[in-house]
Amino acid sequence: MMAEQSRPGNSKAGRRQGRRGSGRREAFWGQLTNWLDDWLAINPDGTVTAFSGKVELGTGVRTALAQIIAEELDVPFGRVHMVMGDTERTPDEGYTAGSMTISTSGTALRNAAAEARRFLLELAAKRLDARLDELTVQDGLISLIRHPQQKTTYAELMGGKAFNLEVTGNAPLKDPKTYTIVGTSTPREDIPRKVAGQPSFIQDLRVPGMLHGRLVRPPSAGAELILMDESSVAELPGLVKVVQRGNFIAVVAEREEQAILAAQHLKVKWREKTALPPMQDLYTTLRSQPTQDTLLVEQGDYETAFKQAARQLHAAYFQPYHAHASIGPSCAVADVKEDQITVWASTPGPYPLSGALAQLLDVPAEKVHLIHVEGAGSYGQNGSDDAAADAVILSQAVGRPVRVQWSRQDEFVWEPKAPAMVMEVHGGLDTQGNVVAWDYHVWSPSHVARARSPEQLVAGQLLSGQAAPQFGFSFGAERNAPTNYSFPNQRVTVHYLADSPLRASSFRSLGGAENTFANESFMDELAAAAGVDALEFRIRYLADARAREVLKAAAEKAGWEARPSLHGKKKKFAQGRGVAFAWYENDQAIVACVAHVQVDTTSGAVRVKRMVVAHDCGLIINQDGLKNQIEGNTIQSLSRALKEEVKFDEWRVKSVDWDSYPILTFSEVPEVEIVLINRPDQPALGAGEPSTITTAAAVANAIFDATGARLRQIPFTPERVKAALC
Amino acid sequence: MSGEIVLIVNGKPHTVQAAPDTPLLYVLRNELGLNGPHFGCAGEKCGACMVLVGAKPVLSCHLPISEIGRSRITTLEGLIEDGELHPVQRAFIEEQATQCGYCVNGMIITTAALLWKNPHPTGEQIRAALDGNLCRCGAHLRILRAVRRAEKLISGEEEE
Repeated sequence: MMAEQSRPGNSKAGRRQGRRGSGRREAFWGQLTNWLDDWLAINPDGTVTAFSGKVELGTGVRTALAQIIAEELDVPFGRVHMVMGDTERTPDEGYTAGSMTISTSGTALRNAAAEARRFLLELAAKRLDARLDELTVQDGLISLIRHPQQKTTYAELMGGKAFNLEVTGNAPLKDPKTYTIVGTSTPREDIPRKVAGQPSFIQDLRVPGMLHGRLVRPPSAGAELILMDESSVAELPGLVKVVQRGNFIAVVAEREEQAILAAQHLKVKWREKTALPPMQDLYTTLRSQPTQDTLLVEQGDYETAFKQAARQLHAAYFQPYHAHASIGPSCAVADVKEDQITVWASTPGPYPLSGALAQLLDVPAEKVHLIHVEGAGSYGQNGSDDAAADAVILSQAVGRPVRVQWSRQDEFVWEPKAPAMVMEVHGGLDTQGNVVAWDYHVWSPSHVARARSPEQLVAGQLLSGQAAPQFGFSFGAERNAPTNYSFPNQRVTVHYLADSPLRASSFRSLGGAENTFANESFMDELAAAAGVDALEFRIRYLADARAREVLKAAAEKAGWEARPSLHGKKKKFAQGRGVAFAWYENDQAIVACVAHVQVDTTSGAVRVKRMVVAHDCGLIINQDGLKNQIEGNTIQSLSRALKEEVKFDEWRVKSVDWDSYPILTFSEVPEVEIVLINRPDQPALGAGEPSTITTAAAVANAIFDATGARLRQIPFTPERVKAALC
Repeated sequence: MSGEIVLIVNGKPHTVQAAPDTPLLYVLRNELGLNGPHFGCAGEKCGACMVLVGAKPVLSCHLPISEIGRSRITTLEGLIEDGELHPVQRAFIEEQATQCGYCVNGMIITTAALLWKNPHPTGEQIRAALDGNLCRCGAHLRILRAVRRAEKLISGEEEE
């Protein structure tokens, strides 16, 4: 891929005709604009360029957004070209996160396309001397219904000009029943390129005159540089510069393999300090720190109901740190010049990152042109923002464009992790087995610590010698802490820790997966205690018809046989099934999951054979794209539940490669069957995360059904299963 | 930098100016400008950097160029013949068998090699062949379907 500078005449500033962006780069979701030209351009060749401040993170959302525009504007899908995440060309839509791209950027683009269509139809009516209701549009061609030879095109009407219009939001939207593009399995536009080896990723980007940078990171966070012996690499070929500022060290070389060699050979001495709790004490550490508490739900009189309950149950659940473990370690390219700084990065937040990099270099934010280029799947915040910061520092130091490629170890050690959490639940059953009291607590650091300032970037911390600041605000651990069950007496409390032993930030669903693991495991424990079928038990507390339908759809597809959980079976290979339900963020997509497992009771090994997922995310934009997301969520979350745990000792992270952080392999992947419930009359909701949250509980519940062993700590390794079997 | 080495890549000889112990991956990407093989772990554990050496799928992240000799190297790009995608590549498009697609190079290379050696593998053989290729997005089931489709495209069981 050759670097593409923004084309003249197609820059945001150009389209805005002097309405240059305000430079406000603070809000998490960006600064939305109502200016139609910020979103859409009709080109003289009849193609449409659409501008989204969101970015492609490997989910296929670029295709889904193009479908939405093509549909609403009545142009063929292939004529829509998306420009995404470029601070000189696209709107500021903050971060691509929280499964929000379809509902936010998708809605904005849909309204923009509707506005454009109305405007073009009005122009056409004048030109063709007709009334609006006499016109029809197909493939960007407007004609008279009765005299199809009288026609004009979008491109003719626009004549290469801008719209110069606000998006009012009141332009008529198409009736979803008439859709021909949205809702179909439009093939992804990127797959043909990727399977042919055409440049597609940030790792494939080449800028003329580019040098290669590799990092020499300290062995652990907080380590201090004692000594660096530059002479140790002086003789190495191709070395351009050893860059050392504070604890930030990197080498820059002409060729990539030369940079790797220099990074390996550079003699450096560090003073490390014990900074982490012993790993076996992680959960007691999380439970014993001061917290900031918020009562999220308080209904009825929990205390009295719990005291009076016929049976009282308690359970604690544990979530370790997880790595995003992107298959391609982070990479970025920067070209720092006196008058202009260009950065290519696979960041989830081009505008906020451009602000942070400007602060790092001490230049005005407008000077930093950040261009998003797709990276390997990131599922939240991996090292991509940090790599961009490394690249600007190195480019500034050598005065040439520099490509920084993180090593596998850099990525595992330095990327922010999904935080470790502790969840505790207390529940009371009456004599009939009804849930009369429910008390939920979660202890967690914030799940969001985005790179909005230099201190939140690894390079910024190494330059200043300062540790990462405490979380400025806490977010994410409350996600799906409340259930959608109608318990009469309940409390839900989130206990936020001020800090996280390991650097933490967002991973797919934030706390949604962990809270649902605890909630849905505990529901299963209550159902088993009450001697009630786990599916029936859940339906009792679900008033909403749509929610019930999802749960029933999963059960039907799975061939769910109503019975209380069987356990205590003494077979060598014990079979079981488990169910879990969740309403993402309590009002977004609805998911139900059934897992079928086989447990080797001698070794404790769990084999997940089949997963059934039912999914309702309102109007479906792309059937196959949605299935792809659900399959991916299911397999990735299964990997996390069965195998994943970031290991560390008192000094450093010990999960540094695929041997020390194994993920699910082909031989371990189960069949995944999906039931999609389409709701064309309902808003389209995001699907990037919801089906990630039910897997762990469904599997834990299936292990219990098979063996009677209750797994309350992720991952469900053979050792833990064996221990729980005794 | 010591001397010239000739590599046969995608049917053509290339004289490369790199140290003999340079891993093949960096020469393919940076000197020959190829983008199929990707940097993944540099530890021969993930499969992102795979290429074919002869008919064998090989990890290129450690393999020194001096050890390749006259063996023919084929990358993802080299599977395309006269502008026509290889049936395995077509099958991956037809099954939409990627998410982010960063690992897809290794998946396609492994599949092509497997189907040459064994045109009708069992499900277990397919999974075993792909076990050295990691996918983080969870596109595994699509990839397995793509292997089956490729098998049919190659054996002519499916109308093209």
